[in-house]
Amino acid sequence: MAKKEKLPRVAMPEQDPGVRSKNFDEVPLGYTVDMAKQEASRCIQCKKPACVTGCPVSVDIPGFIKHIADENFEEAIKTLWDKNALPAVCGRVCPQEIQCEGKCIVGKKDKPVAIGYLEKFAADYARNNNIESLPEIPEKTGKKVAVIGSGPAGITVAGDLIAKGHEVTIFEAFHKPGGVLVYGIPEFRLPKEIVFSEVALLEKMGVKIEQNVVVGRTVSIDELLEEGYDAAFIGVGAGLPRFMNLPGENLIGVYSANEYLTRANLMKAYKFPEYDTPMAIGKNVAVLGAGNVAMDAARTALRLGAENVHIIYRRSREEMPARVEEIHHAEEEGVQMRLLTNPVKFIGDEKGRLQQVECLQMELGEPDDSGRRRPVPVEGSEFILDCDLIVIAVGSNANPLLTGSTDGLDLNKWGNIDVDEDTNKTSKKAVWAGGDIVTGQATVILAMGAGRIAADSMHKYLERGW
Amino acid sequence: MFKIVNREEMAGGTIVLNEIEAPLIAGKAKPGQFVIIQANEKGERIPLTMADVNPGKGTITIIYMIVGKSTKLFASMEVGESFDAVIGPLGQPTHLEKLGTVVCVGGGTGIAVIHPITRGLKEAGNKVISIVGARSKDLLILEDKMTTASTELKICTDDGSYGHHGFVTDVLKETLENEDVKQVVAIGPVPMMKFVSKMTKEYNVPTLVSLNPIMIDGTGMCGGCRVSVGGETKFACVDGPEFDGHKVDFDQLTQRLQAFYEDEQNSMEKFGK
Repeated sequence: MAKKEKLPRVAMPEQDPGVRSKNFDEVPLGYTVDMAKQEASRCIQCKKPACVTGCPVSVDIPGFIKHIADENFEEAIKTLWDKNALPAVCGRVCPQEIQCEGKCIVGKKDKPVAIGYLEKFAADYARNNNIESLPEIPEKTGKKVAVIGSGPAGITVAGDLIAKGHEVTIFEAFHKPGGVLVYGIPEFRLPKEIVFSEVALLEKMGVKIEQNVVVGRTVSIDELLEEGYDAAFIGVGAGLPRFMNLPGENLIGVYSANEYLTRANLMKAYKFPEYDTPMAIGKNVAVLGAGNVAMDAARTALRLGAENVHIIYRRSREEMPARVEEIHHAEEEGVQMRLLTNPVKFIGDEKGRLQQVECLQMELGEPDDSGRRRPVPVEGSEFILDCDLIVIAVGSNANPLLTGSTDGLDLNKWGNIDVDEDTNKTSKKAVWAGGDIVTGQATVILAMGAGRIAADSMHKYLERGW
Repeated sequence: MFKIVNREEMAGGTIVLNEIEAPLIAGKAKPGQFVIIQANEKGERIPLTMADVNPGKGTITIIYMIVGKSTKLFASMEVGESFDAVIGPLGQPTHLEKLGTVVCVGGGTGIAVIHPITRGLKEAGNKVISIVGARSKDLLILEDKMTTASTELKICTDDGSYGHHGFVTDVLKETLENEDVKQVVAIGPVPMMKFVSKMTKEYNVPTLVSLNPIMIDGTGMCGGCRVSVGGETKFACVDGPEFDGHKVDFDQLTQRLQAFYEDEQNSMEKFGK
């Protein structure tokens, strides 16, 4: 038999950069059925699949890919749902290159199997064809669980525990469920309709969602436990924007990424005045930071008509924390990278509106505590950039609103919740936590992984007691 | 859903009162705290300090002036209709303690916000002298309620149509001269709070002001409501809304409130049509 011809990785069709930088539609167009089958056939179905070990929620990756190759799309989505309540989300926003695809055996000699694209395909196929083979819910256990926060961690806990027969209620502070998936990640990267439809599946399984409830203000965790909830999970995210404490930071035109993106994404301010929330519009925009959030903000600014959008980052390209794919997309669309550059001062006019930012050129010195070479200022390198909109995207700290109003919850020195690593149980009886409020700002899938660990431990507790 | 159970117009229809079903918030709210209200799916999130709560009935009361599209939209809603979202209680409650003689200064719709604080300060055992101001007699609100809530009520109008002819600061000055005032609470338009704070600083009387900057979530997440207090940046939503009036940078606050001025005007104009 002739050796099987090696197929190249099927490229993802995308909107043209020139077109997409003017609209908020999703950038990748998605695989067709033929593309998906062809890509799925590249999977060599390892007996000991390394990809699965790279997945924080242990999806049976070869399993769902085999179903796609066999054109059995309903089985493919069932296999995904078995471990992951949000496949359409994860197929889009997971950093596959350092997780499943990073471990793919095919990837050792060739490009890895496009696991993320295939996951997106299977989930989109199911949604577009109304496949809703929800797991069977076992007999009710009579136990009640409160999940605080409807982001990726909370959704995972809710999905896992409802499937075990417990009653689950999610409490969300905003008027829409989804957490960071809705307020943080832009439409062009993750259409909101997809998040809502994945959440709707949870509701069909019986999960209740109470919106507009700020736990810590409207009701406390202790009150929930007294009211009859047997256990609670805290998945409220990071939620406290970091500023830089630079002169001029309170000028009009300087926004946190949280505010900028929440306006655009949750409040749909990019559709102002059809929607009532106004959007900060800039002609010359600088985004401070180089993570995924910074790329999201920069690409949003371009879509809102900015002439120049700069990413200002004090280290070099190698250290940029954003996914390579996000940086690539941003540059394709016209975002300009100003690396080894550090802002030192924001300059405004007499009306308090931002006009310019003063920066310093940096160079890389000796490695610092993080092992990365420390950027040091080049003397006399100050320069001024015209700029009427700044988005500060240098990360988030732990929001103290809930943790500060809950007795018996141990925190670390940064204000994140201390948990037992194996179970994600907190110091407070019957309370678990996971996601960014524990780890600091991280990824959607890590929050989901944390939710899975907590849900397993919560289930044991609910079944057997402490 | 958050149903409107009572609606009243005041000041010739320029100011509207809504009593809204929100039992969880009503059970928790304290004077000085605020809610964020959104009329519908496409609406803005607007922060409003509560004018009253009725825990037994499970309702909260807001009183607002019609100044932009969102307040106009709120005002167009009838009894029986519901807001999409009411979130709260947010912010820190007013610290109410017995100090002796205190002065509550309210201007415009700030009177609605200072009313429960006035009541609380009197209940705490203080002699409460209230000074309320409006542009003219027909724009003055809650006179009866403020009379009941205060030990003594002084009224000013800009045009002299009622009470003292002039600004609240004139009457405040007189009061500061003649009484042993331990604390002033001032709530109203930013210029009023600025000038009250300037005056009380001269008399060295501690002064609380309640700030209402632009905000989105109200939980410390967006940082849009940052204000400079004593040179430090604070978030009005979680650190406030009340701050030491002697330390607030009112000029910066005034500027920041203008951030979306043009958009707001356009939106209002479009809504009018």
